[in-house]
Amino acid sequence: MGSCPWFATSLVSGLLSLVPSDSAIEVSHLVKTYGGVTAVSDISFNVARGEIVGFLGPNGAGKSTTMRILTGYLPATSGVVRICGVPVATQPDETKRRIGYMPENNPLPEDMRVSEYMYFRGRLKEVPRRKLGPRIDEVLEVCDLKRVRHKIIGQLSKGYRQRVGIAEAILAEPPVIIMDEPTIGLDPHQILIVRDLIASLRGRMTVIISSHILPEIEVTCDRVLIINQGRVVAQGTPAELRREIFGHSTYRIDLAGNPDQLTAALASVDATIRLTTQTDLDRDGFRRVTLTTNREEDLGEALLRNLLANGTRVRALSRAHPTLEDVFLAATRRSWDAVAPAAAPGRGNDDPRPETTARHGP
Amino acid sequence: MKHFPTLLSHEIRMLLVSPATYVAATLFLGFMGLIFTKILEMYSGPPQENSPANVFFWLFWLPVCVMVPLLTMKCLAEERRLGTIETLLTTPVTTTEVVLAKFGAAYFLYVALWGTTSGFFYILKKFSGDARFLDSGPLVGGYLFIAVSGMLFVAIGVFASSVTRNQSVAGILSCVILASLILGGNALSDSTWLEHGILRPAKSVIEYAHVFAHRDDFARGVIDTRHVLFYLSGTVLALIFSILSVEAKLLHA
Repeated sequence: MGSCPWFATSLVSGLLSLVPSDSAIEVSHLVKTYGGVTAVSDISFNVARGEIVGFLGPNGAGKSTTMRILTGYLPATSGVVRICGVPVATQPDETKRRIGYMPENNPLPEDMRVSEYMYFRGRLKEVPRRKLGPRIDEVLEVCDLKRVRHKIIGQLSKGYRQRVGIAEAILAEPPVIIMDEPTIGLDPHQILIVRDLIASLRGRMTVIISSHILPEIEVTCDRVLIINQGRVVAQGTPAELRREIFGHSTYRIDLAGNPDQLTAALASVDATIRLTTQTDLDRDGFRRVTLTTNREEDLGEALLRNLLANGTRVRALSRAHPTLEDVFLAATRRSWDAVAPAAAPGRGNDDPRPETTARHGP
Repeated sequence: MKHFPTLLSHEIRMLLVSPATYVAATLFLGFMGLIFTKILEMYSGPPQENSPANVFFWLFWLPVCVMVPLLTMKCLAEERRLGTIETLLTTPVTTTEVVLAKFGAAYFLYVALWGTTSGFFYILKKFSGDARFLDSGPLVGGYLFIAVSGMLFVAIGVFASSVTRNQSVAGILSCVILASLILGGNALSDSTWLEHGILRPAKSVIEYAHVFAHRDDFARGVIDTRHVLFYLSGTVLALIFSILSVEAKLLHA
């Protein structure tokens, strides 16, 4: 492309942006360095239209940086980002027309009223004047802000402020919505409201949310991307991730008696069963054991039948589902282990808990 | 530039609801009213050689150094501190539009406040009935000087606001820059150590930028286009630096 005159390049990219593409967001080999620090190193992912994608990662992993690059606020060091087929670096105005963004900490002007702010933002996002009034009413209705529409934003509580931020993001009906920690600091009722709001956008708009509240992400998002230290360490639906990271099922059984013969006794149910943990006997003579197996389907009934046939006294049996939190901790710990040996070859004996030093990072 | 009217009307509305504007307006009008009262006392005695309009604009620099920082310190510094610059720049507006709108709103208010002092002269005209006191030449020239030099002063205020995220630092910075430009230039123009051969170019620069000399020329009714050019080009330069400063903080965040 270097030898083409500039108007040819912009013509081609303009024509390319008219071709409808399947992905709402395409990120390819994104790199961002600040001074000497690489905040984002070689991230690539696609988000399809109408999907809700969750962005997880420890603090300092590069989530906010990636989101800012997606919105065109920060320029990337290298890589390509396309929003609805329009490249962000060469056509920032066009991409900003297709985006609704709610930054971390939801900055709002303190001395405007809600309706004034909505009107101002609507005009900035080029919503036609005639449509703006009805659209603001609609959005305030959806976000349950009708009661506070004439209040000054500085006097609103946190839950209302988050909803004002979300209302402003969906105001111009952009095809892509990017929200950085939308439920932070909210109480459980408010989290439920915001969760329903975001779920109602599915299909119409593509949403990408970053959060630390893992149960929320698990419930709301179709797909999850886990970022650690500027790299994508896992991506997929929550179920796929559980399978990929853990790859096994865990059962908790409260039983009486000696667990030493248990593995051999249960081998007929599944050959890969192994005893992972056991507790001491409690007052009633029962202990809790954890069994792990590589089989995915539910073996609860078969286990119970086998145990009872052997005469073991069983008080409780349940299947433990790894939560997204377990996936997250395993995925982010895993990538730290991958880095640590190369970084500190001689320190293995002195440093038994590498993940604690990770948390003292930036 | 199609978002400029929206941004400008928003900025003016925000300035009008902010208490700092009214503090600035009160201090300014109080001070200029006091000056005008002194002028009236002076002129009710023996006849003076200058017209009241000429004398009125002598002390323009004091309210300028106080009012301009109060009007401009909040504009970009507060946006950066609150983080709303991020939501602003992720809409299809350009940094140029944002900075120009903030400059435009502050300049509009600056000119409006000075414009209200024309009420003093109206009172003088209504109650004195004496044509000697009303010399339209210095009056028009004086207000024209305020309008033209105000562009540079407000632009300097906007620039000071764009380099920091703390309002107070922005206010003090713009006060110091304005004071050194206006008063420092005046002090240096008389000093003898500029007569040395090596500093001759500096002397010509200081003479060119001598704000009090500009004021005297305008008040005499001489509208020198070199002075107008100085203020216009200074304004453009300060605004360019403000735009670059806002963008630079994004590039090197």
